[in-house]
Amino acid sequence: MTLASTQALPSGSATAPPPGSARGRRGPRRFKPFGPSPVLIAFVLVPLLVESVAVFWPAIQGFYISLTRWNGVNPPSYVGLGNYHQMFGDPIFRKALENTAIWLVLFGTISAVGGLGCAMFLQRERRGISIYRAALFLPVTFSLTATALMWQTLYQPDGMLNGLLSGIGLGGWQHAWLANPSTALYAQIVPALWREIGYVMVLYLAGLKGIDPALYEAAKVDGASAWQQFRNVTLPQLRSVNAVVLSVIVIDSLRSFDVVWALTQGGPYNSSQLLSTYMYQTAFVNTDYGYGCALAVVIFVLAFGVIVSYLIRAFKETD
Amino acid sequence: MAATTSQLPATARPTPRRGPRGKRLRTVGFHTGASLLSAIWFLPIALILIISVRSTDDVLGNGLNALPHSFAPGNYASAWSGGGMEHALINSLIVAVPAVALTLLLGSMAAFALSRYQIPFRRTLILIMLGGNLLPPQILLVPVAKLSQVFGIYDTFTTLIAVEIGFGLGFYVFVLQGFMRSIPTEIQQAALLDGAGPIQIYWRIVLPLSRPALAALAALAFTWIFNDLLWPITVLITESKMPVTPALLTLQGQFVSYWNVIAAGSVIAAIPTVAVFLRFQRHFIAGLNLGAVK
Repeated sequence: MTLASTQALPSGSATAPPPGSARGRRGPRRFKPFGPSPVLIAFVLVPLLVESVAVFWPAIQGFYISLTRWNGVNPPSYVGLGNYHQMFGDPIFRKALENTAIWLVLFGTISAVGGLGCAMFLQRERRGISIYRAALFLPVTFSLTATALMWQTLYQPDGMLNGLLSGIGLGGWQHAWLANPSTALYAQIVPALWREIGYVMVLYLAGLKGIDPALYEAAKVDGASAWQQFRNVTLPQLRSVNAVVLSVIVIDSLRSFDVVWALTQGGPYNSSQLLSTYMYQTAFVNTDYGYGCALAVVIFVLAFGVIVSYLIRAFKETD
Repeated sequence: MAATTSQLPATARPTPRRGPRGKRLRTVGFHTGASLLSAIWFLPIALILIISVRSTDDVLGNGLNALPHSFAPGNYASAWSGGGMEHALINSLIVAVPAVALTLLLGSMAAFALSRYQIPFRRTLILIMLGGNLLPPQILLVPVAKLSQVFGIYDTFTTLIAVEIGFGLGFYVFVLQGFMRSIPTEIQQAALLDGAGPIQIYWRIVLPLSRPALAALAALAFTWIFNDLLWPITVLITESKMPVTPALLTLQGQFVSYWNVIAAGSVIAAIPTVAVFLRFQRHFIAGLNLGAVK
């Protein structure tokens, strides 16, 4: 690779740099004094092509398939918005949408508040702090599937959770957590939270580290209480991290397919069905590709606001 | 990156105006609370580790919560060979290693060109690529499965690797171009005067200087690809080709109610990523923050 590139160099460098460097001497300093050469265009186009083939082209197809009825055997037949119309009368869709909303709200609030709480608690550098942080962060490295299977064991009728409940005199609260339609969804949010809080904590730890200590000193001189310092110094200073945490949480909760797929596959009786699991089931178990893609488009629409706000922030950064 | 180098709050903060005893009491209080929190977090892992070495008779007879009456490391052997974790681990490495290497190569190429040169529509290109990464994968599942069937590459490692690369690329380009922009232009100009072309500047100068970012992203990418469930079950169908995550679900179906073997399988599935995390802890955390706090 290196040998070949040294051979190929003279031709590339002979054409590209001279006009570029001339422009660089005249232009403002932050203007990069290099123009694109064929090599550079290839550097951009090859990755772009890979992403186009693997992502953009399929995505366009996905939108189109959502307008068809297709079982994968016969050619797809165009039905316009028929699949979207079908959703209105589909009780499972309504349940999945409702559960996705519950998941977003519970998972989102608890992991944001819990992550920030843990970060503030473990913020100061002192002896042993890295052990505590590592303990909270460890589950982040597990796959959601392995996490789910671990918790499945703990949720068994004779598992840890019921054992703990009877141990503290709350034996009446015992459930078959995953088999009971009224607890299945909530029981599956817990492992996802167990994994997410450590992640959010790390994001907030970096954010807290970036706050100028002088701000706290000034607040103290003004006689601000701990709560006032939090309200008026910490929270405003964390604004950019908050935005990141929000998008991470929304994207992660829309991707929490793995937990539910590993534990209940949306059951019992669709009580823990999420849009992502319902989409997968519709498309790949019932081979109803058209309706499955329409469900995927709904997921896309739900994520759209977050995607756009993330991109706007990225746009401001890359000026 | 700037966030990681700022000064420690501990040294900058004034010590509370209290006697040494009050301070010690607060320290003890903190460590009690923090140990309790860590213990709660670690409890599920500890229980799984214990269950994973108990014998089936012990678990069925004495219940999941009982103190261990047996030591049966054979569960790991059952999960490893009988449950197919050995084979699955090899599959995972076949997929993850080239996928990570190629993602970083392609990502750094695009990032290099987009950050160090005046490419027309630079910003738009970066955002389009990042946008592809932010798409919910669901919208791609059916088309990717169907397109790969049309092209006869369904159920191959190549397809899985290609999809993992394509889907992650945007994020890596975005993070790396941000990092590469912070490399001083003077270095590049000096190389240019020495007659170096873009490929040499990329391979000999910018890439070595980007090593911290590359290491961080490599640790992250490996974990993400290794832990992924959705893409393998979408583009693969043959049981023997499945990587670790879907193989764990097969094991779950195969060893129904053998909680000790399932626990052993989960532990095996978690070990590689935990090892990457422990080995590259600093890079790993830096990677999570690279895309975030910038």
